[in-house]
Amino acid sequence: GCRTLSLSAHVGFDSLPDQLIRKSIKHGFCFNILCIGETGIGKSALVSSLFNTDVEDSPSTHFLSSVRLRAQAFELQESNVLLKLTVVKTVGFGDQVNKADSYQPIVDYVDAQFEAYLEEELKVIRSLFSYHDTRIHVCLYFISPTGRSLKTIDLLTMRSLDSKVNIIPVIGKADSISKAELQEFKKKIMSELVSNGIRIYQFPTDDETVSEINAITNGYLPFAVVGSMEKVNIGNKMVRARQYPWGIVKVENENHCDTIKLRRMLCTNMEDLKEKTRAYYESYRRCRLEKLGCRDIGPENKPVSLQEVIEAKRLEFCLEVERKEEEIKQRFVQRVKEKAAMLEEAEQQASMPVLTKFERLMLMNQEEELKLGEKKKLLEGEIAQFIEKKAISESIQSQVSVSAPVSLKTKGLRKVSANA
Amino acid sequence: PCAGPVESKNEAAMSELVPEPRQKPVVPMKPMGINASLLGYIGIDTIIEQMRKKTMKTGFDFNIMVVGQSGLGKSTLVNTLFKSQVSRKSSGWNREEKIPKTVEIKAIGHVIEEGGVKMKLTVIDTPGFGDQINNENCWEPIEKYINEQYEKFLKEEVNIARKKRIPDTRVHCCLYFISPTGHSLRPLDLEFMKHLSKVVNIIPVIAKADTMTLEEKTEFKQRVRKELEVNGIEFYPQKEFDEDLEDKTENDKIRQESMPFAVVGSDKEYQVNGKRVLGRKTPWGIIEVENLNHCEFALLRDFVIRTHLQDLKEVTHNIHYETYRAKRLNDNGGLPPMTVETEENHESNL
Repeated sequence: GCRTLSLSAHVGFDSLPDQLIRKSIKHGFCFNILCIGETGIGKSALVSSLFNTDVEDSPSTHFLSSVRLRAQAFELQESNVLLKLTVVKTVGFGDQVNKADSYQPIVDYVDAQFEAYLEEELKVIRSLFSYHDTRIHVCLYFISPTGRSLKTIDLLTMRSLDSKVNIIPVIGKADSISKAELQEFKKKIMSELVSNGIRIYQFPTDDETVSEINAITNGYLPFAVVGSMEKVNIGNKMVRARQYPWGIVKVENENHCDTIKLRRMLCTNMEDLKEKTRAYYESYRRCRLEKLGCRDIGPENKPVSLQEVIEAKRLEFCLEVERKEEEIKQRFVQRVKEKAAMLEEAEQQASMPVLTKFERLMLMNQEEELKLGEKKKLLEGEIAQFIEKKAISESIQSQVSVSAPVSLKTKGLRKVSANA
Repeated sequence: PCAGPVESKNEAAMSELVPEPRQKPVVPMKPMGINASLLGYIGIDTIIEQMRKKTMKTGFDFNIMVVGQSGLGKSTLVNTLFKSQVSRKSSGWNREEKIPKTVEIKAIGHVIEEGGVKMKLTVIDTPGFGDQINNENCWEPIEKYINEQYEKFLKEEVNIARKKRIPDTRVHCCLYFISPTGHSLRPLDLEFMKHLSKVVNIIPVIAKADTMTLEEKTEFKQRVRKELEVNGIEFYPQKEFDEDLEDKTENDKIRQESMPFAVVGSDKEYQVNGKRVLGRKTPWGIIEVENLNHCEFALLRDFVIRTHLQDLKEVTHNIHYETYRAKRLNDNGGLPPMTVETEENHESNL
């Protein structure tokens, strides 16, 4: 512990936060959002509404064979703050007949961003300062506005992600639920999340200036959101809204939906979301390095350097590669020998002058011709016999009366047809 | 981009479809810079307040080292800079204190607070530097200490289970005190700065500047700058780390005109023109420490504390530390951890 000293006059290091902020502004800020939800639940519309910016997006098909992810990057400027925003959306979520693997591509994506950061961090020459951080800072999980309860896929997906990313559940297309049903629905969802042990992001309540408002906002979870890419002219202003025959749902009206609340909470807690993401990254990193066989304490209880372990693994790997190389080489040599033996054998068998294909065909032809010639002779002989027989039978017939058996004639005819 | 069964080409132009999962990790995407214009206030700029709150809550570490022969007023200057007794002065050799046999490294930490900002300031003193008969390699213990702090940080960083905030004992700034001979730099000065400017931010200062007239001061400074340049010594702020044009213009002025700062330190106050000022009283007048006509202390203070404090830390972290780390990992990574010996040396010398 250090002694605290009092200052006799103004030193000037109270400008340190400003110096830090000036540098951060120069560097820019980044924020990455992951939107998970069924096709058509309004992910793009919500992002457009949250950041009041036109997110171009063409509607997706329902017929993708597996869940994919699509990332879009934006640069938003507000006063002197430049925000590099990346929005990653699921494509085809919930469309497959068999949804058992739906959450896996999402988990893989989140892990991949952690992995990329870890890779950079482990490099010998690295530039973490200018590295564009793609780790997901918040995940908006869209719940279908069924009014009943969470679906199994919701529970599965959220559970697979709740130790890797901050999850904020939202009810998509919330204008299809009445206010009364909405309260019940929200309660049901929250109790299901609790009973299934799913950890969602709680807005921090440790700082007195925001604890009250954050506690109240925590009570509004899950946010019932409505988004719109279209604007409606209301009182001479173009406002984001959804126009129905029975009225207009205004996206930015807090009585109509929670979109503004979500926006406010995302913006005012960006730093906290990023800090919690860093904590998730640390546990990912720990698991990953432990899997590689790294330990902080070695076998003799002495601290082991990460580099020692990596070096040892690298050697191990190199040896393995060498061994495999040798194996493949041996197999190749073996195969060559076998093939050579085969060829020799084949050559020996053809010890007579080898006939070319053409000559062989000619031979075959000649043989066939001979055979056919013989057959022809036989056939001609039979025809001659038949003509004889026919002549005889005709002469017999003319002598005998009309009641001659037809069978003789047909018998003869049948014989001819068999030989044709 | 992979072609799904019904993907149209237009989609590919606006966004990137992430390839099939379970293959190589996705290469992090660089933002395509679609400048989406904001159509109304969102609240993104509140992140500045969030940052400020967070940094004020966690506080700052700052570690400053002073190097120079004894008697050049190092402790007084540091105390004047931070307006408190952060460095204990050595009371002179006639009071039962031995001249250290080698260079010692003494680090003392204090917590000071101003305007809600808490700073843990550590002043690292190097008694014995340049005081021996033979000063060969007297810079070595200092370089060793600096590298040991990098090593400490690296070990923490490389742990599997890491601390949320790694304690930072790395030297952010090294004030090197030049004797005001009026002639040129001494070989020892050049030796030290040549070796250490590669591992730490060095800010050369001309000590006890009240022994030179204005003309002598200007000439001396010019000569020192020239000598540093000729010897390839890059003092802070280093040219190659200027981030943009704004930085470059600001820093060029400092590098080419103001530095090295000719300073005078004092912890005594006198009355001048009805005001209480810090100064040194001589038969021929009172030298006001914070009067820019008398000396450049105020420039040094503003430079180190009010404008470049954060930058000193960032250059230390992003450049000096990274250089150390890269070298360490390349050099047949896995050497047994360096033992921290300086405390032991301490005991034997006292």
